[in-house]
Amino acid sequence: MSANIIKVVFLGLTNALGIWAATGLYVTSNWVLLIVLVAGLVLLDIALLKKNAYPLRYLLPGLLAFGLMTFYPIVYNIAIAFSNFSTGHILSKEQVIHHFENVYYQPEGADRFSSQAFRDGDRWLLILRSQTNGNLFLGLDGELIPLDPNDARLLYENGDIIAFNAMTPLAVRDLVANLDVLRSLTFSEGENTVRLASLREYRAEKRRYAYDPGTEKLLNLETQITYVPIQGTFTSADGEMLDPGYRVNVGWENFQRIFQNRQIIGPFWRVFGWTIIFAFFSVTLTFALGLGLAIMLNNPYLKLRTIYRTLLIIPYAIPGFISLLIWAGLFNTNFGLINQFFDFWFQFKIPWFQDGLWAKVAVLFVNLWLGYPYMMIVCLGALQSIPSELYEAAHVDGAKSFQRFWGITIPLLLSSISPLLVGSFALNFNNFNVIFLLTQGGPPVAGAQTPAGATDILISYTYNLAFAMGRGQEFGLAAAISIIIFLIIGTISALQFRMTKKLEDIGENL
Amino acid sequence: MYKRSGFLAMSIRHLVIWFLIAFAVFPIVWIGMASLNPSNSLITGGLIPRQLSFVHYIEMFSNPRHPFGLWIWNSIKIAAISSFLIVLMSALGAYAFSRFRFKGRRAGLLTLLLIQMFPQMLALVALYLLLLSLGEFVPWLGLNTHTGLILVYLGGALGFNTWLMKGYFDTIPKELVESAMIDGATPFQAYWRIILPLVKPILAVVFILSFIGIYSEFILASIILSDSEKYTLAVGLRLFVFGQYSTRWGVFSAASIVGSVPFMIIFLLLQRFLVSGLTRGSTKG
Repeated sequence: MSANIIKVVFLGLTNALGIWAATGLYVTSNWVLLIVLVAGLVLLDIALLKKNAYPLRYLLPGLLAFGLMTFYPIVYNIAIAFSNFSTGHILSKEQVIHHFENVYYQPEGADRFSSQAFRDGDRWLLILRSQTNGNLFLGLDGELIPLDPNDARLLYENGDIIAFNAMTPLAVRDLVANLDVLRSLTFSEGENTVRLASLREYRAEKRRYAYDPGTEKLLNLETQITYVPIQGTFTSADGEMLDPGYRVNVGWENFQRIFQNRQIIGPFWRVFGWTIIFAFFSVTLTFALGLGLAIMLNNPYLKLRTIYRTLLIIPYAIPGFISLLIWAGLFNTNFGLINQFFDFWFQFKIPWFQDGLWAKVAVLFVNLWLGYPYMMIVCLGALQSIPSELYEAAHVDGAKSFQRFWGITIPLLLSSISPLLVGSFALNFNNFNVIFLLTQGGPPVAGAQTPAGATDILISYTYNLAFAMGRGQEFGLAAAISIIIFLIIGTISALQFRMTKKLEDIGENL
Repeated sequence: MYKRSGFLAMSIRHLVIWFLIAFAVFPIVWIGMASLNPSNSLITGGLIPRQLSFVHYIEMFSNPRHPFGLWIWNSIKIAAISSFLIVLMSALGAYAFSRFRFKGRRAGLLTLLLIQMFPQMLALVALYLLLLSLGEFVPWLGLNTHTGLILVYLGGALGFNTWLMKGYFDTIPKELVESAMIDGATPFQAYWRIILPLVKPILAVVFILSFIGIYSEFILASIILSDSEKYTLAVGLRLFVFGQYSTRWGVFSAASIVGSVPFMIIFLLLQRFLVSGLTRGSTKG
């Protein structure tokens, strides 16, 4: 009974709190969070009030975190992939139109005014002196009122106004502190609007653009040029484009760019090819070394083998990002230990990070160092699970040692390890750290429109497109490429599932 | 499969293995030496320093321009809190999927399975923009916050770990829970008092694997965290050393050694579960 009261009170409080937060989200049109919040509230109510929804109580925390941080980003990512979201197209359409509606220009012959600001409590007033004819105006409540220079409220010293109505003008420091207020003070002067131009100057200006919501066209009032929105950019008939543009759905445009734009398609396929090569060799090299070591360490006649195993696992016990940065130093062309060695013995230095091919060699070498302990451990486990009777029987039948290796060890090993090899391939396909921390994708390849270096793999390429410093941010294109990566990874994972027959097991378990 | 080999063949094996051990430990030995060598340059000093000194260790903790102590602490904090929450939430979810039969269970499991195939970092653009808009409403969940980053890690790890745990929960006999309920336990008491103690090994595995993964995570941390005092070690160390291998090598070495310690402690704890845990197919990087 008391448990029920607690439940009702708890639900009442959370619902009230939730609804209060929801109105806030609604007002700021933060739809994503609103949906998550409402879904969370509804699910919470269901979980606690409906008897047969009991399991939901256990699932709810995970469900919300998963929904917000995994499920939603995937959906959002797809939406971005079909949009022109990028530098110059960051804002929404409303924001961009609002921006253009607040762009002003100074028409020919329009007046400029030297200004002094006065503050009377919350009320602001300006004294403006025309720079063309020296006339004085009082700027108050959006109106310019002509002011007689001999007005009794004005107090002069050396020809400068030092007080108005016993108020002193604001000092520069106060002007700077109240810049937003000064900016909001505008006055109409005929067709023009008098607006803040600098701390001590106001100008008579006109709105540059007029937006017609009906035709969605933007008219430049000074030049009378009409701009039509084309894919999120206001464009004139001559092809002049106004910056900023806005976010808009562009359909398959990003994908078309990947597959049709020559300057993008070139780097894309090059990066794609290297990604496959990198993942493939990373797996085969680590597997070959790991298997070789496992076979040697598995030999019961080998002394010290436990110590050997521990020492050989060491690369796995260091955080990957640290070993990668260490290796980047070792491979450093001018100062690195490896080139010191080559320089000392062979009198030359290898351009590890300056030459595309050598950079690829370095990346694969370091990834071998990082990855072989995993393969070694896995192979050791798999080797121990191969029944020794098989070898004895083969021995009795007169099989040579390499026959036993190729006929028994390899097939049995592969049957248990191949899903892991495929999994390792999928992970290396997205092994961002190895590329980014070692070569940063470099060295750069000349002549590419998109930032793709010689060792960039698809995921680091995506990162460059979206977040590279100093370049435009191509969120839309990056999202489109990440979807392509996902399709590839999805295919590989499906293959992996078929190999492990995991899906069938799952089917029985559901 | 193995026969006793001759002395020569055995010696060759030992030689090959020692050669590979040298390959495995050389960067770490070298970084250890460099951290104790008073010279700060990558190029001078040779392998064995002429004199030992702890200047780089003192420098790394005392220079406010590169607060390594803080960065390491940030990494530990973020990894530990995220891993703890991941264990808590995925254990709850796994229990529900394993014990109860309810509408949408099959669909839920399949959805989890499909979505966990999508590497979370592929949605990095969306995650970045999501935190950006989240931060406008809930500042402590926005960009450049640890809580935001933890939430991202949390959401990304739940799918896989719930599955992993569900498999383990399925092996606990149903009768245990049923008899506890006959004795008057609520389903939650049965979960908390009976089930959780029994599944401790998988809880440990999930915690350790999550910790190791998050401690080394770079890409999401680097786009989400932008202030120096918020950095994790991965982000801070890279920015510290990149392009200055010639001048900052000593301090970098000291920071690498100290920064590896929390990871190695957790890794040693993992060793017990190593083979079973590794079948998840993880590679490092």
